Amino acid sequence: MPKLTVDGKVVEVPNGATVLQACEAAGAEIPRFCYHERLSIAGNCRMCLVEIEKTPKPQASCAMPAAEGMVVKTDSAITKKARKGVMEFLLINHPLDCPICDQGGECDLQDQAMAYGFDRGRFDENKRAVPDKDLGPLVKTSMNRCIHCTRCIRFCTEVAGVEELGATFRGEHMEITTYVEKALTSELSGNIIDLCPVGALTSKPYAFVARPWELRKTESIDVHDAVGSNIRLDARPPEVLRVLPRLNEAVNEEWISDKTRFAYDGLKRQRLDRPYVRINGTLQPVSWQDAFVAIAARLRNLPGSKIAAIAGDLVDAEAMMALKDLMQALGSPNIDCRQDGAKLDASTRAAYLFNSGIAGIEQADALLLVGTNPRWEAPLVNARIRKRWLTGKLKIAAVGPQLDLTYKYDYLGAGPQTLADVASGKHAFAEVLKNAKNPMIIVGQGALARTDGAAVLGLARQVAETCGLIKDGWNGFNVLHTAAARVGGLDLGFVPGQGGRDVAGILEGAGKGEIEVVYLFGADEIDTAKLGKAFVIYQGHHGDKGAHRADVVLPGAAYTEKNGTYVNTEGRVQQARVAVFPPGEAREDWKIIRALSEALGRKLPYDTLAQLRGRLATVNPVFARVGEKPAAAAWGAFGQVGTTTTAAFVSPITNFYMTDPITRCSETMAKCSALLVAASGKTGTHG
Amino acid sequence: MSAPSANAVPQPTSFAFNEANLARVKQIIAKYPRGRQASAVLPLLDLAQRQHDNWLPRAAMDYVAGLLDMAPIRVYEVATFYSMFNLQPVGKWFFQVCTTSPCWLRGSDDVVKTCESKLGIHMGESTADGLFSLREVECLGCCVNAPVIQVNDDVYEDLDAQSTAKLIDACRAGNPPPVGSLSGRKHSGPASGLTSLTQVPAAGDD
Repeated sequence: MPKLTVDGKVVEVPNGATVLQACEAAGAEIPRFCYHERLSIAGNCRMCLVEIEKTPKPQASCAMPAAEGMVVKTDSAITKKARKGVMEFLLINHPLDCPICDQGGECDLQDQAMAYGFDRGRFDENKRAVPDKDLGPLVKTSMNRCIHCTRCIRFCTEVAGVEELGATFRGEHMEITTYVEKALTSELSGNIIDLCPVGALTSKPYAFVARPWELRKTESIDVHDAVGSNIRLDARPPEVLRVLPRLNEAVNEEWISDKTRFAYDGLKRQRLDRPYVRINGTLQPVSWQDAFVAIAARLRNLPGSKIAAIAGDLVDAEAMMALKDLMQALGSPNIDCRQDGAKLDASTRAAYLFNSGIAGIEQADALLLVGTNPRWEAPLVNARIRKRWLTGKLKIAAVGPQLDLTYKYDYLGAGPQTLADVASGKHAFAEVLKNAKNPMIIVGQGALARTDGAAVLGLARQVAETCGLIKDGWNGFNVLHTAAARVGGLDLGFVPGQGGRDVAGILEGAGKGEIEVVYLFGADEIDTAKLGKAFVIYQGHHGDKGAHRADVVLPGAAYTEKNGTYVNTEGRVQQARVAVFPPGEAREDWKIIRALSEALGRKLPYDTLAQLRGRLATVNPVFARVGEKPAAAAWGAFGQVGTTTTAAFVSPITNFYMTDPITRCSETMAKCSALLVAASGKTGTHG
Repeated sequence: MSAPSANAVPQPTSFAFNEANLARVKQIIAKYPRGRQASAVLPLLDLAQRQHDNWLPRAAMDYVAGLLDMAPIRVYEVATFYSMFNLQPVGKWFFQVCTTSPCWLRGSDDVVKTCESKLGIHMGESTADGLFSLREVECLGCCVNAPVIQVNDDVYEDLDAQSTAKLIDACRAGNPPPVGSLSGRKHSGPASGLTSLTQVPAAGDD
């Protein structure tokens, strides 16, 4: 624990800390471009120079280890002169195009030039010109502006695990490039836009759209996967113009996936902005009143057993709660929130949670992936696994799809048989798990959304129990979800009641005519062809599969347009907030259900969101713990002992960029999938 | 020197070491500790360049990346960093003329002029027949015998306009002179002949 003096203040910092960190601890701000807490130290921008007593020259504080007795001066004349000199050098080749630069207003170089810049240049030669690079549909480049901090290279290499960016040539001719021109193939590539301290890498879809000070910023939660990334929605009503990450060490650190960041343009297309009723075979726009009347007419005198509801992947817990209450009032036990038919057991919370937490991955020392492709199902979980793997302390094995996950793992097998071998201790990897301090299993939806899913879940539980994954203060049994609404739905019990039908049962019943009315609440991932002659009510925000099949369409709000609670795969309860209002006559979803209940003569007992949230908390107290670290869930018996098929586990996601109605409507996502998924597909020329 | 574009010249689609070189690759990689095979990237790139008419196509870089289990971009970074790797085809006789201060003081301007006029090309260009390439380089480390030209692996020293012209003719004839000074000077001794140690000391003479 070295003790050093910074600007006359004595601070003690942990061993291995740098002078820069010591200065921060002492409250002295150090300007920097290349240094970033989450990346390796490069020490090449020189902006963080400080004077240290008894050293002949100013030192780069980011790369200088703090040592006992150092006397650092961050505001001395030498330090200031050094920084001014560095700034002048940086600006030699930096173009003066701030007025047309998208980074303007949130640019590190701009800000720091205000503090350390000189009002004119003394360099009379020409500035260098660098050809722009094509990094794909997401990242726009303007390489003249690049100051060679190499943050983007280090991010791609270290965090994203996709070594594609590099610095070629040298000196005056150095360029940041992929060399062979191609799009970045990382699911996290958008983060280099945030990392870039200048305007060299900017967002392509956001190019020339807005200035940061024009935007209204709303802190919210992402719904494109079950990670629940903390995001900031930058909006200029009525549109969300961009999505940025928010810091949450426990969930997404400071990264977000490209889908989270760039799918927002899907919020503008194919929107349901007024109610529709199918009249003579075509959907006709009607008023809310007429839509409710149509539903009420169809539901009149219908026994509850002939009604069913399916909740989709993007819906909020409040609205699911309201719908569950409404279905109960109608006497229907046929509700389900597991569109993909995953055999998740709602009775034991530990059975469907990512129990160790995403941050818990950083304690794990053995990991078994079962039927999952975390790189596509939850890129940030994958980034955590890679982060832990890079320390050399994590041994990884996989059962299921064999894919490039950006880290090395032992491939054990394709299907349930291998998992059974591990469970019974026959497989060598069982020993690895048993000998590990913090062993972990991650079960994907690809292992559960199949006919033998319950038996597979049982096998996974057996692995957890026989290999010592459950111990004091550690629960290494993890289910990785892909749907943002799923855990919330399971927590509030949006599953079949006594004698109720699950999704498969509902579809079968609808096909046979035993179910006459199906309420699709944002449910687009089911096979709508199986709905038979059922009367379909679709409530949601996009004209996707569900709306096409519907007899009544109720326009709802997307995640950016409502205050909604989402529970991520770890069981963390988080709240999304309104950034913009829903388009046209669309309304917040819980309000639609509340209004419909009144039209049906079964008025739900809450008039405000606060009352509804109160109801949620009484149904399951976890909903009262917003934003908190999820409490450890009690272990229990779940899953089945049964025979499994030999079919291989397949990841449910075949196209990372198109997984829900919003992403399917996004032009940016369409470009990505055309370029990246098609290129990596098995039918492609590379196969 | 300017950074040439990666895709400026037609690139061969594939590259592989011949058998003799593969054996050398094994020896080279064996010099480095296990798991540190990436350290062999420089010698392997050099080997590839020698096998491939003194220039390094992208296929060769990819091939080396594969051999060393490196990401291709890491190999591109190395290959583009060092100016000794030619990323575009060069002539059979690759003339690298030193124009750094000592050579310049000793008349490298004449040497450059002779090369350019005799070959009909400028610095950085190749002759149409593919026999010669001309490049200006920084110090070759032979200042004491300035001015100098490096032709492929060999350095020719003590040049002037005449001897440069002769050197070009000899190369064109496929018969380059022996390596070293072209003025008849031995190693880096005085240009006007020895001024001391002119005779072998007698035995016992201190």
